[in-house]
Amino acid sequence: MEVGLDRRRLLQAVAASGLVATTPTGSAATPAPVRSRAKIVVAGAGAAGLATASRLARRLDGAEIVLVDAKREHWYQPGFTLVAAGLKPERYVVSGTADYVPRDVTRVEEMVAAFDPEKRAVETSSGRRIGYDYLVVATGLVLDYGAIDGMDTDRIGENGLGSHYAGPDAAARTWAAMSRFADAGGEAVFGRPATEMKCAGAPLKYTFLTDDILRRRGNRSRSKLTYAAHSGALFSVPVVAEKVRMLFADRGVETRHHHVMTGIDIDRRIARYAAPTGETELGYDFINVIPPMRAPEPVRQSPLPWKDGSAWARDGWVEVDKHTMRHNRYPDVFTVGDVAGVPKGKTAASVKWQVPVAVDRLVADLAGEPCDSIYDGYTSCPLITKIGRAMLIEFNYDDNLTPSFPRVIAPLEELWISWVIKETALKLTYLAMLRGQA
Amino acid sequence: MQNFDPAMFVAVLDEMLGPLLWVLVVGSIVATLAFLWLLIRDRGLVSRRFVVSELVGVAGGFGAVLFMQLITHSGLSDVGGPVDWLLVVLIWLIGTVGTTVVVYDLWGLWAGRRALLGDHA
Repeated sequence: MEVGLDRRRLLQAVAASGLVATTPTGSAATPAPVRSRAKIVVAGAGAAGLATASRLARRLDGAEIVLVDAKREHWYQPGFTLVAAGLKPERYVVSGTADYVPRDVTRVEEMVAAFDPEKRAVETSSGRRIGYDYLVVATGLVLDYGAIDGMDTDRIGENGLGSHYAGPDAAARTWAAMSRFADAGGEAVFGRPATEMKCAGAPLKYTFLTDDILRRRGNRSRSKLTYAAHSGALFSVPVVAEKVRMLFADRGVETRHHHVMTGIDIDRRIARYAAPTGETELGYDFINVIPPMRAPEPVRQSPLPWKDGSAWARDGWVEVDKHTMRHNRYPDVFTVGDVAGVPKGKTAASVKWQVPVAVDRLVADLAGEPCDSIYDGYTSCPLITKIGRAMLIEFNYDDNLTPSFPRVIAPLEELWISWVIKETALKLTYLAMLRGQA
Repeated sequence: MQNFDPAMFVAVLDEMLGPLLWVLVVGSIVATLAFLWLLIRDRGLVSRRFVVSELVGVAGGFGAVLFMQLITHSGLSDVGGPVDWLLVVLIWLIGTVGTTVVVYDLWGLWAGRRALLGDHA
């Protein structure tokens, strides 16, 4: 997950950081708060839930905003790749949820156990029922490690097993395993799941980073890197997929297409894949396992997901209008972040642009006014290609590149400036987003 | 350049340096004021002092580039397209001008103090 930048977003971030005394003019200016007695439940206090609660608190006066989530730690997930590459310490990605909850938001430190949109209520893990006028679903997703036969997250870090998505500690243990591998060289295997996933660029980044670290340690010539792609392409945006194909050719990374990981033998260091020719095995000295991702169980068991028999319906992603983030069947339900059933958007950059649209629409409903806010699918992926260089890739639903700095920072060029932005400025924008300031 | 804004660089620096950025900002204001005060006191630039300060300043420029790369885990070989070179030149210029002014200030203040002490001797 990455946060994208453009002039307005940066100005907002800069304003939030206290560098500029005034907020930028134009559409970025916050309108006067709307008076309302509505009760709004935000289910989930990750990046999307916190950004939504903060923004609602700024936009509404008198409304009751209830944030439901038991998680006390907040994880800056865009930093996981940096931790797993030994570039940042574990503490770089860990902070407290409470640091970002506005004072006038009521926090319920329990998980949502059930959704009842017909009766406009959610039920928490202790059985408490909370009614609402509006619901914002921001539960995030679950990493389905159970779908990989033989996988054991407790063993991440040992015997060449890495999995940098599993959390800050797993990212650090993945670095330990990758670093040991880079000292000796050998065979490394990377890949991605066939489901929708957060930050589809991260598995690619981690392949590039491993390649670079092997080169720095003089062991690249003794190593073989294989990327198992779930489909016929390396990325969903064709122009980016083609660029990555060329970079993989340049770096000597072998690609296996239509390979979906089904199992792993951690002791024997063998990964199993469903492939066009049947089940295939790949031996490894180091592997970065990225599991299938699905909506959390309470969402999947609710009436909220897509019901059209598609893969989205099977994995439980919430049925929303991709431009308004409003539920197609329950107009008083909005969904933002990873759990939303929209194409492409499972990054912090998506959250950053989905949340204002959902909040604008919800507030407009309460004020009885029309609203024309639209989310165009913008998302961003600073695709690291080595330590010190990245491509600042931004795109939308239509697979168009939408560079924040057109004619200045070329999106498909490996640049130092893009790396500097990724490594330094993006966390600032992210934190400002959590506080509803950007 | 419609979407380009120098604010980005300020944001980058703030995230990287934290409170140190404000120490540098205040420091640069103090150094500039001291430089202007020396111009008035000495009724213009003292050319020998300025030339030596410039020479030290050039080294300071390279130091600034190295410092930037140190804190971003990168090196000169990572500098790729024209915009990267633009960033390098910008950082080098800031380092050069900053170092020149600071060296000139310190030398000028030290020379002034010595002259003052000399008068009393």
